[in-house]
Amino acid sequence: MQIYLPIADIPVNIFLLLAMGAAVGFVSGMFGIGGGFLMTPLLIFVGITPAVAVASVSSHIAASSFSGALSYWRRRAIDPSLALVLMIGGTLGTALGVSTFTLLRSLGQLDLMIALSYVALLTSVGGVMFWEGLRAIMRARQGALPTVRRPGSHVWIHGLPLKMRFKRSKIYVSVIPVIGIGLLIGFLGAVMGIGGGFILVPLLIYILRVPTSTVIGTSMVLTLATMMIATMLHAVSNHLVDAVLALILMVGGVTGAQFGARAGQMIRGEQLRLLLGLLILAVGIRFAVELVIRPADLFTIRETEQSQ
Amino acid sequence: MRPLRTASTTLLLLLSGAAGAHAERLIASVSNHRVTVTPNYSGEELVLFGSVEKDAQTPASRSAYDLVVTVRGPRADMVTRRKERKFGIWINTDSRQFLKVPGYLALFANRPFDAMAAPEVQRRQQLGLNNVLLTQRVGPDYADVVPNDAFRSAFIRLQSQHGLYREDTSAVTFLTPTLFRTGIPLPAAVPIGTYEIEIKLLADGALVTKSETAFEIVKVGFEQFVATSARQNGLVYGLVTTAMALLTGWMASIVFRRD
Repeated sequence: MQIYLPIADIPVNIFLLLAMGAAVGFVSGMFGIGGGFLMTPLLIFVGITPAVAVASVSSHIAASSFSGALSYWRRRAIDPSLALVLMIGGTLGTALGVSTFTLLRSLGQLDLMIALSYVALLTSVGGVMFWEGLRAIMRARQGALPTVRRPGSHVWIHGLPLKMRFKRSKIYVSVIPVIGIGLLIGFLGAVMGIGGGFILVPLLIYILRVPTSTVIGTSMVLTLATMMIATMLHAVSNHLVDAVLALILMVGGVTGAQFGARAGQMIRGEQLRLLLGLLILAVGIRFAVELVIRPADLFTIRETEQSQ
Repeated sequence: MRPLRTASTTLLLLLSGAAGAHAERLIASVSNHRVTVTPNYSGEELVLFGSVEKDAQTPASRSAYDLVVTVRGPRADMVTRRKERKFGIWINTDSRQFLKVPGYLALFANRPFDAMAAPEVQRRQQLGLNNVLLTQRVGPDYADVVPNDAFRSAFIRLQSQHGLYREDTSAVTFLTPTLFRTGIPLPAAVPIGTYEIEIKLLADGALVTKSETAFEIVKVGFEQFVATSARQNGLVYGLVTTAMALLTGWMASIVFRRD
């Protein structure tokens, strides 16, 4: 059944969108991530312009992270004060990201920037994750005990001023790196149409040493906040959020996530990381290949914004 | 007195000759003046039909007519960008802006333009995609360029791929020597707005008369509502979308609650 998307201005099969939402939801539930980095490229692939895809996916991630955050909240697995400080940076970063997005769009380089950021971010993060997962599995095969020590001893970060105690996470750390991380995630989220959970969680663990009990719940709260702000700003400044598209994706996504979460519990932690790393790496490589090979058509046309 | 009378007779003859050139009248109409885009819209075809009416002044020798139908959709500024290989990757480098070009452009005729009129007439009457005026911003100037300009031909090619620009020199059919019809295919991704139809009647390689009509494409119902509120009330639209996201997320956590 075809449905006409009012903002994307194209007709799309509603079942295709539901299936995409469910598939990405399954993956996101399995790995405990938002899945924006998969959803945005998929939408671009079915013919939705990168700009509309990025803007609409932000509201889809807001929905899935809210349902996740609610269940973590009930389990008291969220650190409210840490989430709040992260949000300060996140808000600034998102605003900065949306204005960068608007600027790049007017320069005609938005698609390139989206592709380049995907390549850079996904291949590096995916590569590291894949390598880590591989090493953990190798160690397990050799019978060695996995190291329990939290790696990364960023001494200088712990020497920064403006220290604050985050009770539920049991950490005492300067607010500067916390705001900085929020800023980075907010910026990337707005420009790339990703929640950024897959970067945020490692950053919180390795740099701030947030314990695993609160890290995912807290990161979901930040994702929720930045994606809500991104939706608002994209709607106000670029008029690119397709609510119909977003709603279909949300319905598919939240359903798929439930099954994904169950599947995820059956796989061991390091194998899960290996798989996730492989997936992220694959998406990054796909973008890289697209940039390097000669495009089928060297020309593109786009309607320029009418100042009303 | 005689020379003067001759002159006035010549003038009269000339006048009647000039009027004779406009002796035919074109009457045309489309099957639907208002096309509505609903959520399940997937393209449509309109039918344009009409007739050529002769009158007493029409030269008796004139029997065959040629007809060119030009359909122009709402105008917008478009930009065509060309990718080039820089630092090993393909990026947009050069670009050209097309000013107020139609978002939909179709030219239909009953036989090839070359058979109808001389190249000069084709150019002046804008017969064929190669002769239609597409204004570009070239530096500080505004001008159309030669038909084989890389950006111009790429623009037409890409628009044609989407079914938005088309040229068909066998689309117009004469049911009788004076009664004609043609289909106007509208693809799914057709822009919303007013469409002008210009019908040009040619005979013996020259324009005889022309006529105009129009139709509009509108979004209706929920479609229209979503599109206009996104454009006009961005803030409210954003708030509603965000609220919808939260509601969906909340409902999911209720429905799938396992603890």
